[in-house]
Amino acid sequence: MIKYVVKRLLALIPVIIGVTMLVFFILKSAPGDPVRLILGEQATPEQVAELTEQMGLDQPLLVQYVKYMIGLVQGDLGIAYSTRRPVADEVFSRFPYTLKLSLVATVVSIALAIPLGIIAAVKQNTVIDNVSMFVALIGISMPMFWLALLLMLLFSLKLGWFPVSGAASWQSYILPAFALGFMNMASTARTTRSSMLETIRQDYIRTARSKGVSNSVVIRKHAFKNALIPTITVCGLQIGSLLGGSVLCETVFAWPGIGRLMVQAISARDVPMVLGCTVIFTICFSIVNLLVDLLYGFVDPRIKSMYS
Amino acid sequence: MQNTTAPAVSRAEAVKKYKKTSQFGETMKRMARNKAAVLGLIILVALILMSLCADFLYDYDTYVVKQNIADRLQWPSAQHPLGTDEFGRDLLARIVHGSRTSLLLSFAAVALSLAVGGFLGAIAGYYGKWLDNLLMRIMDVILAIPMTLFAMVIVAALGASTLNLVIALSVSQIPTFARVVRGAVLTVKDSEYIEAARAIGQRDLSIISAHVLPNCMAPIIVQTTLRIAATITSTASLSFLGLGVTAPTPEWGALLSTGRTFIRDSSYLTFFPGLFIMITILSLNLLGDGLRDALDPRLR
Repeated sequence: MIKYVVKRLLALIPVIIGVTMLVFFILKSAPGDPVRLILGEQATPEQVAELTEQMGLDQPLLVQYVKYMIGLVQGDLGIAYSTRRPVADEVFSRFPYTLKLSLVATVVSIALAIPLGIIAAVKQNTVIDNVSMFVALIGISMPMFWLALLLMLLFSLKLGWFPVSGAASWQSYILPAFALGFMNMASTARTTRSSMLETIRQDYIRTARSKGVSNSVVIRKHAFKNALIPTITVCGLQIGSLLGGSVLCETVFAWPGIGRLMVQAISARDVPMVLGCTVIFTICFSIVNLLVDLLYGFVDPRIKSMYS
Repeated sequence: MQNTTAPAVSRAEAVKKYKKTSQFGETMKRMARNKAAVLGLIILVALILMSLCADFLYDYDTYVVKQNIADRLQWPSAQHPLGTDEFGRDLLARIVHGSRTSLLLSFAAVALSLAVGGFLGAIAGYYGKWLDNLLMRIMDVILAIPMTLFAMVIVAALGASTLNLVIALSVSQIPTFARVVRGAVLTVKDSEYIEAARAIGQRDLSIISAHVLPNCMAPIIVQTTLRIAATITSTASLSFLGLGVTAPTPEWGALLSTGRTFIRDSSYLTFFPGLFIMITILSLNLLGDGLRDALDPRLR
């Protein structure tokens, strides 16, 4: 098990190198001179030359990249063009907000999706099934930021129950987390339902029923545990869209996370900041994917035996 | 008399009964039984017709772009069924013309990434070995970045414009298509008919295009439908963030972004563009699910 984790962590290194290289070269190819952007059009050629040298922008791209990577290993993400402050300070002070929001959204989506999926499967082809699957279909089709705006309109502006923006209190988590979690909820519920439907038809379920196990125990202990793998897979796949979605959600609710930071950095053409945000997002994404893979082992002993 | 005609009739019936219908026909028949998929198809066709006829419904210059401050921010009425925006322009006219931008951009982006990703996936799957390894490791790197973020990075580098949006959306989806096509190619490449084609000396490229790809269309078609839905959301998302289509061109996400400014008193500006996005994606999802059920033999 530990050997497997170490192997997977080591496999992350080339991916992170590849990602940073790709994003670094894409962003560095952006037209426009960052030094002119900082100093303004009135700057003298001497000033421009001095700052260019100071920022290391006169060196070849590959050298700049290697320097960036050496910094990254030490937790240094460069200096932001817009604020002239270290990118790492800004990114790490904002990161907890994005993490907390994503976690709450994931909890909300799983807490809603699994019961919904199970009930829909158990009551297949009834009104309950149809209604919940219709809700799930709507959830998949709804653009997240539209849902976020509608929730804000109804619950903050009309009813005044929750704050419109910011992250001041626990109430401010409710609307963003629900908006962010709803889309994932929908696909998780659909997968749970179809996986449960498949499991319920298995022989061991019939055996359990025929030896007199009560219905709720059959569903909880015999069926659900075996139906969990596809649900975990979908939850894992959703993490990418969750991180992408957090950018929109944070923009709508003026949430102080790195998603909004990244949008602001793009508008300000702040290359080091965009790069820093992307690198952090990608590292998170890779680590969460690894955690999801490890989770399989805990749910299914057959998979766990393959790790050793 | 009856004895002589009876065998002829039954023979005709027998021929009819055993006559092979095309795979396309079979699939369409299965699709037609799926009410949700048919509904999705009808909505989608209606939306495409709407975008094709946009110029006949509303003249672009007089209704969509020309400002009319006297009529600004009017709630829906008989004259303006969905109300007017902050420059007094009819929202319905802008949504109808916006469907053009949204649908065309998404179709173009998906077509581009299908072409590039499909080509890469096909050669990776067909040739295997080091080429497969190299291409798929590159795809893994791109897939390690959440898709929306990668599209944002590309737009950040190229600058916000309609063309750059299409490039960003298609590049970020290349790995998805490469993987789907590669997987599909792997399932058929060792079949006897491929070996036969190779034995009679056909060139690799013509084997791939004439024998391999036509036999693994099902997952590609399904994935394409679902990806168009996802791309419409991404197009709208990036425009909403101000990284896509710029004013005054109407686009659904950009319309929503404007609506957001006036959400307190003119909530219809937010509600209707989003509703159209949702209906479009809903129809594509229904169609995609239906196609998957109709095309996937394992689920029959």
